[in-house]
Amino acid sequence: MSITGIEAASQDAAASEGALDADAAKIEGRSQWQLTWRRLRQDKVAMAALAVIVVIILLAILAPVFVSITHHPPNIAYPNTGEDAAGNPVGPMTNGFWLGTDGTGRDLFIRILYGARISLFVGFVTTGIGAVAGVAVGLMAGYFGGFIDTVLARFTDAVLAFPYVVLALALAVVLGPSLTVIIGVISFFSWAAIARIVRGQTLSIKEKEYIEAARSLGAGSFRIMFFDILPNLLAPVLVLATLYIPTAIVFEATLSYLGLGIQPPTASWGDILADAQNFFQTSWWYVVFPALALLITTLAFNLLGDGVRDAMDPRTERVLAAGRGRRKRRGKRQVLADGQAGLAPAAPYVPPAEGS
Amino acid sequence: MSEPLASAGTASTPADPAGDDLVRLENLVKYFPVRAGGLVRRTVGQVQAVDDVSLSIPRGQTLGLVGETGSGKSTLARCVAGLIPVTSGRVIFDGRDITNLSRGAMRPIRREVQMIFQDPYSSLNPRRRVGAIIGDPFAIHKTATGGERKRQVQELMERVGLNPEHYNRFPAEFSGGQRQRIGVARALALRPKLIICDEPVSALDVSIQAQVLNLLSDLQRDYGLTYLFIAHDLEVVRHVSDSVAVMYLGRIGESGPRDPVYTSPRHPYTAALLSAAPAADPDTAAARQRIVLTGDVPSPIDPPSGCRFHPRCPKAEAVCGQQEPQLEAKAGDVATHLVACHFPVQAGENLAAAGRSEPT
Repeated sequence: MSITGIEAASQDAAASEGALDADAAKIEGRSQWQLTWRRLRQDKVAMAALAVIVVIILLAILAPVFVSITHHPPNIAYPNTGEDAAGNPVGPMTNGFWLGTDGTGRDLFIRILYGARISLFVGFVTTGIGAVAGVAVGLMAGYFGGFIDTVLARFTDAVLAFPYVVLALALAVVLGPSLTVIIGVISFFSWAAIARIVRGQTLSIKEKEYIEAARSLGAGSFRIMFFDILPNLLAPVLVLATLYIPTAIVFEATLSYLGLGIQPPTASWGDILADAQNFFQTSWWYVVFPALALLITTLAFNLLGDGVRDAMDPRTERVLAAGRGRRKRRGKRQVLADGQAGLAPAAPYVPPAEGS
Repeated sequence: MSEPLASAGTASTPADPAGDDLVRLENLVKYFPVRAGGLVRRTVGQVQAVDDVSLSIPRGQTLGLVGETGSGKSTLARCVAGLIPVTSGRVIFDGRDITNLSRGAMRPIRREVQMIFQDPYSSLNPRRRVGAIIGDPFAIHKTATGGERKRQVQELMERVGLNPEHYNRFPAEFSGGQRQRIGVARALALRPKLIICDEPVSALDVSIQAQVLNLLSDLQRDYGLTYLFIAHDLEVVRHVSDSVAVMYLGRIGESGPRDPVYTSPRHPYTAALLSAAPAADPDTAAARQRIVLTGDVPSPIDPPSGCRFHPRCPKAEAVCGQQEPQLEAKAGDVATHLVACHFPVQAGENLAAAGRSEPT
């Protein structure tokens, strides 16, 4: 058996290295996040959604600036300029009210901006809590297995099976409606879906050889969970979280709409919509603008979530390039619900040719 | 050889006085329970993955462990590495009994026993950079941090033939051979005494196999490593091993120094394996009598009685099904050449022609 010397071997390696070095500037240190971002930038719909979200966040942050421009604080009623002779709201661009006024003569535009603050805050905070809790529960259930898994997985199933609006209403009634209670209730329902996906992923990842390698090096359970398994979970969790934000926003609006969420006079989209019902026939703007705000926000987050999921999955590259990404995408969403498509690409990713 | 490498993880105990064997397995047994039943799990059987195996590996040498898929090679490796608990028997490493140690007690041993895995694709975490993967041993055992760790990792990369500038790359950016070098660097990081190579080259191209094998033998020479080398490729094992053990269905069929085992195999199974290995020289290949075994490997849940090989053995007789042959040296062999067979193959015997005289 003839075996070449190590010199030949290292020369060989050096030669292939040299070929790689030509691409080194492009390839070096490009992480999955950079690759994802590159692909996401090619997705026009996702980028538009991202722009819309940035604008909404900016509007929410800059709400006090608009107050100083319009001189209409959110909770002050203007019976003289803000209502017509019959006591109804005035329409858009009347008396300095850009989007008109609400039923008590307050500036609708300013109230929608302040409502956006509540919605975004609740959306991000509850999703954040849900993601952390879901990952923790799913990781522990999947990694440790056995009794811990049985308890945690059944608890997750129980939470998922709960009629959550009913429980949320009951809790809100018992504890009294407040921002804290709303965040608590929405968070409580947000972690279970993430936990289930994370558990499934953990079950498959922990059988990988690199986990055994870590164990043979002497790594402890927590090191394996956080350094070896968690990085493989971030992609599906990020997608799920992005897609959960709009759900949380709608959930908050629902509770507020039912009068069990944010309490007046604090502005909230659900609360504004509930009040607007009485002026349905006389003041179209009162319903349309807060509803549009809710629609645009949730749509933008959903489209961004779709885009992020596609960008995380290298296989969609060709689909996007062919320009028929949207259609393909819908089928995949079902798969994600089953906990498959969110899987981080384990196969080696071949960087696309420049300009594809 | 770089000095810092040598100082990386050699704060170990002095050599044991008890002989020159780094690893000794005494009657090692590993059974996996087979469970069935819905609510109440009952154990309905045992997979006898490793059954009563005794082996020893002299310090600084390589033991090649061959056997077909399912013969228990990898299970044996994992028992030695302490990754799975042993059912019974003892694992003696460097004079210490490391059988079924607790995780904490095993920790210092982990620095001295490392593994190289079969699949260079699944044994490296695709989400972590090469620097972090090779630096893991330092991080876990807290032997180097920050810039010092990076320096040591880059030295390791250089040592195994990787470009240290690729420190920040991901495993996916490397070829199979390069990835296996990463695995070698990771195993080498703590300067272990024993490296268990679980089919380290069977996933690689033949041309790459030679490079990795040469790297392994260079490292053995430079650092005095001891290898437990598992493979199913007989030529690879012949190239790297000082001694060889052949496993069949969880038992050792034959073991001994490389050359006697290869030139005059005594166990019919070894003879059959050797006759089936492809030969590079077409004349040799044509002249050779191939021993064709019939039937499949029996289930390790319910292994055959007596000699486990007897249902497929061309030389089997009634006694083979009743009495279990002991692993012992046969007349005319060197004392370390052991075989477990009632009717060992004689020199010049034509097994291919031998019929099964008495089916059992």
